This record gives sequence, C-alpha cells and structure tokens, in this order.
Amino acid sequence: MRAENITLESRSVSLGFDVERIRQDFPILKQKIKGKTLIYLDNAATTQKPEAVLEALRRYYTSKNSNVHRGVHWLSEQATRDYEAARHRVKSFLNAGSEHEIIFVRGATEAINLVAHSFGRKWVQAGDEIVISAMEHHSNIVPWQILCEEKGAALRVAPINDEGEMVLEEYEKLLNSRTRLVAVTHVSNALGTVNPIRSIIQAAHSKGIPVLIDGAQAAPHLKVDVQELGCEFYVFSGHKIYGPTGIGVLYGKERLLDQMPPYQGGGEMIRSVTFQKTIYNQLPYKFEAGTPHIAGAIGLAAAIDYVNALGLETVAHYEQMLLAHATEALAAVRGVRIIGTAQDKAAVVSFVLDGVHAHDVGTILDQQGIAIRAGHHCAMPVMERFGVSATARVSLAFYNTRQEIDAVAASIHKVREVFG
Amino acid sequence: MSDLRQLYQEVILDHYKKPRNFHPLADAHRSAEGYNPLCGDKVTVYLKVEDGLLSDISFIGSGCAISMASASMMTASLKGKTVTEAEAFFERFHALVTGRAGTNAEAKLGKLAAFSGVCEFPIRVKCASLPWHALRAALEAKEETVSTE
Repeated sequence: MRAENITLESRSVSLGFDVERIRQDFPILKQKIKGKTLIYLDNAATTQKPEAVLEALRRYYTSKNSNVHRGVHWLSEQATRDYEAARHRVKSFLNAGSEHEIIFVRGATEAINLVAHSFGRKWVQAGDEIVISAMEHHSNIVPWQILCEEKGAALRVAPINDEGEMVLEEYEKLLNSRTRLVAVTHVSNALGTVNPIRSIIQAAHSKGIPVLIDGAQAAPHLKVDVQELGCEFYVFSGHKIYGPTGIGVLYGKERLLDQMPPYQGGGEMIRSVTFQKTIYNQLPYKFEAGTPHIAGAIGLAAAIDYVNALGLETVAHYEQMLLAHATEALAAVRGVRIIGTAQDKAAVVSFVLDGVHAHDVGTILDQQGIAIRAGHHCAMPVMERFGVSATARVSLAFYNTRQEIDAVAASIHKVREVFG
Repeated sequence: MSDLRQLYQEVILDHYKKPRNFHPLADAHRSAEGYNPLCGDKVTVYLKVEDGLLSDISFIGSGCAISMASASMMTASLKGKTVTEAEAFFERFHALVTGRAGTNAEAKLGKLAAFSGVCEFPIRVKCASLPWHALRAALEAKEETVSTE
C-alpha cells in the first residue's frame, strides 16, 4: 500500500501529467541500449514518434496509398481527402487564415530556402539587407548568405548578450529602408532561448519590413498563433513535433505568396503547360511541385492531433518543470557551466564540463544508454560567441522524467570518475 | 564501464591533460591543418624534415580527449623517425582504430596501441585519426585543411 501511495504522490508532483502512461505511447522508449533502458534527451535534434503517428502511416500505406489531386479512382480520392485534411489541421494548429497559406515542404530548412529563393528573387536587390540574429541555426543563415551573394545584398546580424538573449536595441538599429526581410528563430536550438518575437515582429513592421520566424524548436513546445503574431512567414519541421521526417510546413501570408514566383517547377504546381507558356496553379499548389510527401503530411496531422489531445499548455507546463529540474541538477555538478541562461527558455540545457570535451561527455553518457547531443548544434556562430567549440546538450520532451534527468547528472559524475 | 576504460586508457588521459610537443614550430618546413566538422576538433601539425627524417614534429589545436591525445602521442612516437616509417605508422594506426589490425601490428605501434579501444566506438574513429590525416597532408605538402568528412 505504502509503495503505491508513493507512486501516486510522485505522479501528482508532475502536475497531473501522467508521464508513465504517456511513455507507453512511444514504442522506442521501451528499448534497451547497451543493456540499459534508453534515456532519450536529444529531442531538439528529433523527437520520438507515438503509436498514433506510426499507425497513421501504416494505415495510409496499407489502405489508401495513391497519388493526390490526379486520379479519378476511389483510392486517389481518399488520399487527396486525407492529405488536404492534414493541411486543414496544420492551418488550425497555427491558426492561419486559410489553407492556401499552408505549404507542405520537406522541413523547416526547405521552407526557409523556399522563401530565400522565391521572395528573394522577387524583392531582394543589390544593396538591400537581410537581418538575422546571432543565435540562428545554420539553416537560417546559409540560405540568406547564398541569396545575398547572388544579389549583392548584405546580411546583418543582431547580436546576443552573455545570457544568450537577443539585444533588441541593437536589432532595432539594424532596421532601415534597405532591410527587405527579418529572419529570426522563435526558440534557439543551441541555447534554448525563447525570443521575444512579438517585439521583434512589431519593430520590423513599424518600418514596413516583413518577418520570417523559424519555429523548428518552438512548435513542439509553445502555442503558436500566426494571425496574432502577424509574422509574414512561419516555418517548422514535422519530425521535431513527434511526426515523420521529410515533412514540414511553410506558413506564408496569402498576399505575399500570391505574388511570389514558384520555387520549383514540375507537376502539381501548374494549371496548364504549353511549350510557349505555363500557367501556375493556385495556392498552395503553386509551391508544391511533384508528388508531395502524402504519408508524411498525414503522419504530421496525427502528431498534431496527439499533441493537441495532451494540450500544448499542459505539455509546456510539465516541460518547464523538467527544464527547471535539469538546470538545477546539472548546475550542481562540479565544473559544469550552462551556456544559455536567458530569462525565457524552452526545453534545452546546453553545457560545458570543465576539462572535458563535449564529445567525450557524449560518449560516456552513451555507455549508460543516455542519448544527448554533443557538438556545435549546427550553430557554429553561437559556439564562437560563447568561446567554446562544442557543448553537450540535454533537450527535453514531455515523455522525459525527473528520474531520467537525475540519471544524467549521476552519469556526469561518472565522466568525472573517468577523467579524474 | 570496461569499454570506457578500454577507450580512455590512463596513457590517453595523461596525454590529453599534458599534451607533449604542444606548440607551433617557428622553423617548420611543412604544416597542415586537420578539421573534424562533426565536433569542431582542430589540429595543426608542424614538421621539420631533414634528409628524409622527421627531425622535429609538434602540434597545436583543440578538441576531445581522443583527438588531442592521439596528436600528442603521434608526435612523441614519430620524432626522429624517417618519412617512410611515419607512413608505415599511419597505415598501422589506421588499421588499429578501424579494427583491422592483428596483434603483430599492435606490437609494432608501441604506446599507440593504447588506441585499440577506439574501434569499439565507430563515431570516435575520426577523432583518433584526425591528427594522422593532418600529418599525411603535411607530408604530402597539401595546403588546404584536411577534413575527416
């Protein structure tokens, strides 16, 4: 009886969030790695998939697989209906104004590249400027560098402070009549910083500058309402929100997408083709050349349904509790320095261990069945800003537990044992 | 824990904490940089080659215990060796860390045999071989940074 009471108590500690039951939904979490139960703390890289997503993929391929928007047959009708239903769910998830504003792409990276190519081709010229921040993932740096190089435009970088927060005064100074676009991350993958995107968007809009928000790390953790935010573009990846890899979303305001030229040419994106002239399809199909990742979109919709059923706010609340615990537990280990100490953070604790390289920390933790990321997190300028070549990163999801975090802290003591 | 001890042997940790020949060589004849984009490890190897002999060898850089110890022990093992011997060491070391070496080859590697545990950790093979790739690039007088990718 007593043992049972304790279990119930520790569950209630997790704010009415039954994490043990939720873990049952994720088959991979039952797996043993090197004889130890997997502790998966690399969720900023990719998240694990619940049974509901796996089942949606299986159901699609076993009973509805067909091409969309083409066939007159029953299967194609079913596939088209499910694919478009997925678009509708993404629309609701972001609270976009219309399905025309939801473009399915491979991931956040492709979404940013799409905007850089298409928006850039139309509106960026020599002497123009694009503004990003110093905490961007390479995927929100390199496409703009390529564009700037092609057009003779300039990339301007808003600095971050020692806590890993964007310096808003400096950012605002960068905005001028030559600025064509601001592209900033919602949540930093390397630091966990939640950017004050409302202020960032407002500052840009006050000068008539459109804004792209990279939501790859935010969509799994925060409620996003693109109409309320008012940003022109918002991008995220399916696989970071418990969906399949290879599917992602570009939200764009219809007014802009309408004027933007296609990103890729091919089937699906056309209305009519002759050798003299091609008339492009309407939104969103204008930007979806070729057969799309139908199963991926359906899987993503299942993931969104799953997260919605848990409730993003409930999830966020639980993850904040985990984040506070992880920050405290890791900071208590001798020689640990946490990189990224912003006031407003989400789900990520990056750290360095005095005298031990992150890669060695990663290998030693791996021997305990613990998966963390060690490296530059595709954000080399962030590493440079903090004077480190790499960090170890614990990134959390709602299926993680306090006990798992305690196991990480204990394993870092083991690193100390090995390194003396 | 045993695999870990096999990887992080005392001699490796000792060279990581107290790297030997850890300085640039002002009068080096050749140098080359190695870079591992996966983890950001960087190492520059400096060589003085006189009459086919590595009369001096040193390195600078930053990285994980495996890459830094590998660089340190490489310089300690190769100082005074001929270029031909150094190339043979490269082949034997590479065979060792990729798990293709026999016990005979291990014996010929001397202290470098401490890296035998690396082959159990496939993603760490590049860490151990990074300074050796830089060495080879320096021997071949390649100008650009060699990458493990």
